[in-house]
Amino acid sequence: MRLKRFYLVLLSLVVCSSMMFAGTVSGKITYTGTPAKQKPIDMSKEPSCAKQHATPVTTETVVTGAGNTLENVVVYVSAGADDANAPAQAVTFTQKGCQYLPHVLAMHTNQELKVLNDDQTSHNIHPLAKVNREWNKSQPPGSPPLDAKFDQPEFISVKCNIHPWMHGWFAVLKTNHYAISKDDGTFSIPDLPPGKYTLTAWQEDYGTKTADITITGKETKTQDFTFTAKPY
Amino acid sequence: MNNLIPSQISGAVLGSVLAMGLCFPVLAQDAPDVGPHPPMPAKAMESHIGNITGHSQDAKGDYRRYCAGCHGDLGDGNGENAVWLDPRPRDFTLATFKCRSTPTGTLPLDSDLYNTIGRGITNSNMPIWNTFTKEQRANLVAYIKTFSPRWEKEKAGDPIPVPPETPITIESIAHGKALFTKLECWKCHGPEGKGDGPSAATLTDSKDQPIRPYNFAAGKEDSRFKCGSTNQDIYKIFMTGVDGTPMPSFADTIQPNDAWDLVHFLRVLQVQRPSKENAVLKAAGGKIPPYVDKQDNKSENQEMPSQSDDKSTGGGK
Repeated sequence: MRLKRFYLVLLSLVVCSSMMFAGTVSGKITYTGTPAKQKPIDMSKEPSCAKQHATPVTTETVVTGAGNTLENVVVYVSAGADDANAPAQAVTFTQKGCQYLPHVLAMHTNQELKVLNDDQTSHNIHPLAKVNREWNKSQPPGSPPLDAKFDQPEFISVKCNIHPWMHGWFAVLKTNHYAISKDDGTFSIPDLPPGKYTLTAWQEDYGTKTADITITGKETKTQDFTFTAKPY
Repeated sequence: MNNLIPSQISGAVLGSVLAMGLCFPVLAQDAPDVGPHPPMPAKAMESHIGNITGHSQDAKGDYRRYCAGCHGDLGDGNGENAVWLDPRPRDFTLATFKCRSTPTGTLPLDSDLYNTIGRGITNSNMPIWNTFTKEQRANLVAYIKTFSPRWEKEKAGDPIPVPPETPITIESIAHGKALFTKLECWKCHGPEGKGDGPSAATLTDSKDQPIRPYNFAAGKEDSRFKCGSTNQDIYKIFMTGVDGTPMPSFADTIQPNDAWDLVHFLRVLQVQRPSKENAVLKAAGGKIPPYVDKQDNKSENQEMPSQSDDKSTGGGK
């Protein structure tokens, strides 16, 4: 019994110390050049969705913020981290106002995904997977959440064919060390144990950028990424 | 050149041939064959249809002669005829198939592929291969399975059960119409099933090729669906979905009895095709009554635009 307690204390010490010495990488995503203007979306064919939007809705291929910052960029540890298991809690992808919330959803391979329909119209969820299995399911209003999993890392384009303006992404990663840039372009990946890592930043239209970083202990490293905007 | 004597020429030729043989022994041994080949040796695959076992090795000749022209030697749908075809030939390397009895996102049964070969695919260039023997078709099914490693790693899905058909009544047709509206089928297929719904013009398949929704109203006695012609086949098409296309699966959202109601309504969209459903509709005066849910006494049949509305708002653009 006493021995067991000793091991527990030892274990918690090990866990705590690794947390204490874990570093954080944070930074800002920006662009150079002039991004293409996002196209306005006409939802008049789906009045139940159109009336949910007070301001005009546009496509979300490139979402910019003040100071040439980019939102919706997935930053993740693409090499160096051990392949952790998927977290037990599910990630949620909501269809609301004939848009996807969030526009880009990151998840671990084999992590449970729940797709919700908050709208008064039927949607079809069509992940155009190439590496994982492609599927396509209808979800009428009032249906229970649709459960899914993807077992291979892949950036999967998601469409609703009934409402062709609806477009989003599933970023299926084999790591839990990821972040998605916020509306001010910033991101932060905490809890990185000491080690050498490769960070990859992915933007759906501009592709990927990578950078190597080293975490030596409890520290916050800054790693910014700059994409070149496509004018059209 | 003129003052080279024959022995010098033959010596030089012999020398260079020898040198080539030494430098490029692999090239020198290459068989005089044309076209790309699957990476050899491709793993031999089997198919099982009833008591027939198909062997991929035995289909090589048939595949190259009858299939490769469109589907390509590598099975990637890039045969020499492919550029002229719409819809494009199936890319077997993805192992995504339209006509299945299994859930969306799963591999089809061997018998699904076997039936597709024998049935052909309506509104495409895939002919009815009823000239093949059963064994030839089974061998070709096995051959198709050599193009994707999924066939070694994954099992076919569990077939979606098709329960016995419910009676064809005007109430069943009316409920089918209510479902057609509620499930937004008409957004692509159009309010009258003519394939002219408001989203029809925007549709692309999973390879970004434009694709048309099925037009129920076209065709007469011989009108067929892509994946068969019986009521059971229609039931399966919307329950399994047509993978690789915008047509989703409704297996999680429609109860079996409701699904039969939808089948009965889809049949009356085939206005030119004699059917029991059209006879029932005619006997009821040719009009589909509004559907009233007996349980909560609420009409579900409100949203789909009528024919005149469709002319102003529908038709894609």
